[in-house]
Amino acid sequence: MQNEKIGDRDIQLVIGNLLRYGVWTALGVAALGGLIYLFNHEQEIVHYSIFVEKDVNILTLTKETLGGVIRGRGDDVILLGILLLFLTPILRIVFSLVAFFLEKDYLYVAITLLVIAIICFSVFFGFAH
Amino acid sequence: MTVLAFTLILLFGAFCAGFIGSLSGLGGGVVIIPLLTVVLGVDIHYAIGAALVSVIATSSGSAAAYVREGITNMRLGMFLEIATTAGAVGGALLASIAPTSFIAILFGCTLIFSALNSLRKKEEHNVKSSSSLALALKLPSTYPTASGTVSYGTKNVIGGFSMMGLAGMLSGLLGIGSGAFKVIAMDNIMRIPFKVSTTTSNFMMGVTATASAVIYLQKGYIEPDICMPVVIGVLLGAMTGAKVLLKANPKKLRRFFAVIIIALALNMIYNGIKGNI
Repeated sequence: MQNEKIGDRDIQLVIGNLLRYGVWTALGVAALGGLIYLFNHEQEIVHYSIFVEKDVNILTLTKETLGGVIRGRGDDVILLGILLLFLTPILRIVFSLVAFFLEKDYLYVAITLLVIAIICFSVFFGFAH
Repeated sequence: MTVLAFTLILLFGAFCAGFIGSLSGLGGGVVIIPLLTVVLGVDIHYAIGAALVSVIATSSGSAAAYVREGITNMRLGMFLEIATTAGAVGGALLASIAPTSFIAILFGCTLIFSALNSLRKKEEHNVKSSSSLALALKLPSTYPTASGTVSYGTKNVIGGFSMMGLAGMLSGLLGIGSGAFKVIAMDNIMRIPFKVSTTTSNFMMGVTATASAVIYLQKGYIEPDICMPVVIGVLLGAMTGAKVLLKANPKKLRRFFAVIIIALALNMIYNGIKGNI
């Protein structure tokens, strides 16, 4: 029992730090991208009143974004920051999965896997139209 | 409007949204959507996308502190995330087929409900006994208070789980954290102490929002040029709000901001009915 309690405390510290540094890294990248974008496009006219629906697979999107980052495109650097931001809660779940597994709490291993499955469903069905 | 002017206005507006969201306890996302749609004429789909990204940033940022203090009930959060993520995926898919006027009106109604709910008197309660399902799921736990560690029981798991599904759906459909509904599920239905409910709600928001944000991203709702000033502004505003909250009288502030938010909500509903959004 004593060991288990110490285990929970360690997990709390790691998850707390993961969330904090994840958010700050993501925002740092997004802010840098924002500066690059503004520097190149400041006098252009915005056009956000009409919504253009897209259907892009997240893998294609990630590949295009990384390509754009290498070419120094500001909006792609912002998108990289946003992708890092999405990765923060997902990493948190993966870490919980490992932690529950180490604690031999198989009920919660199953519950965590179910949440991961729902997110994967959302990744694969979000563009299937 | 040029990109530079648009970005600066948005940065300032998002800062105010984060500030009001933090003081009113409703979150920055709910204020940023009326600002983008009603004031700046941005399409509601882009507004929902940007608000949802800001929800992930602010909730993860503030959840970090509470998790480390051990107030957040991580098992409870993980279990209820089954309901919120499933609801969020449903809500995000619904958002892509629902007419924008419907989204605007539903958003306005949700906003009024949340604002009125934030004025409700909250009493810290603590049940000792737990239902058998709660015990099987290991939901009852302890949390630190000024007077030492307090243990609490958990009731009505199925009722809370269902309410969480609704909270997740509204989050995916409207791009908000829907913290008010999450807290109702845990505090009012499952009888979990208020402090544990609010911090666990915050902890769950990041995962719930990411489940629907992935769909938004693939459908093109997430426009980087709008998201960047919104996320940074909301986060800075929320941090400033948290500092002010330590010094000011939260009750009076809440009442003041609830009035502003209800006015914004009525404006959204009016524009939704007129078909302007």
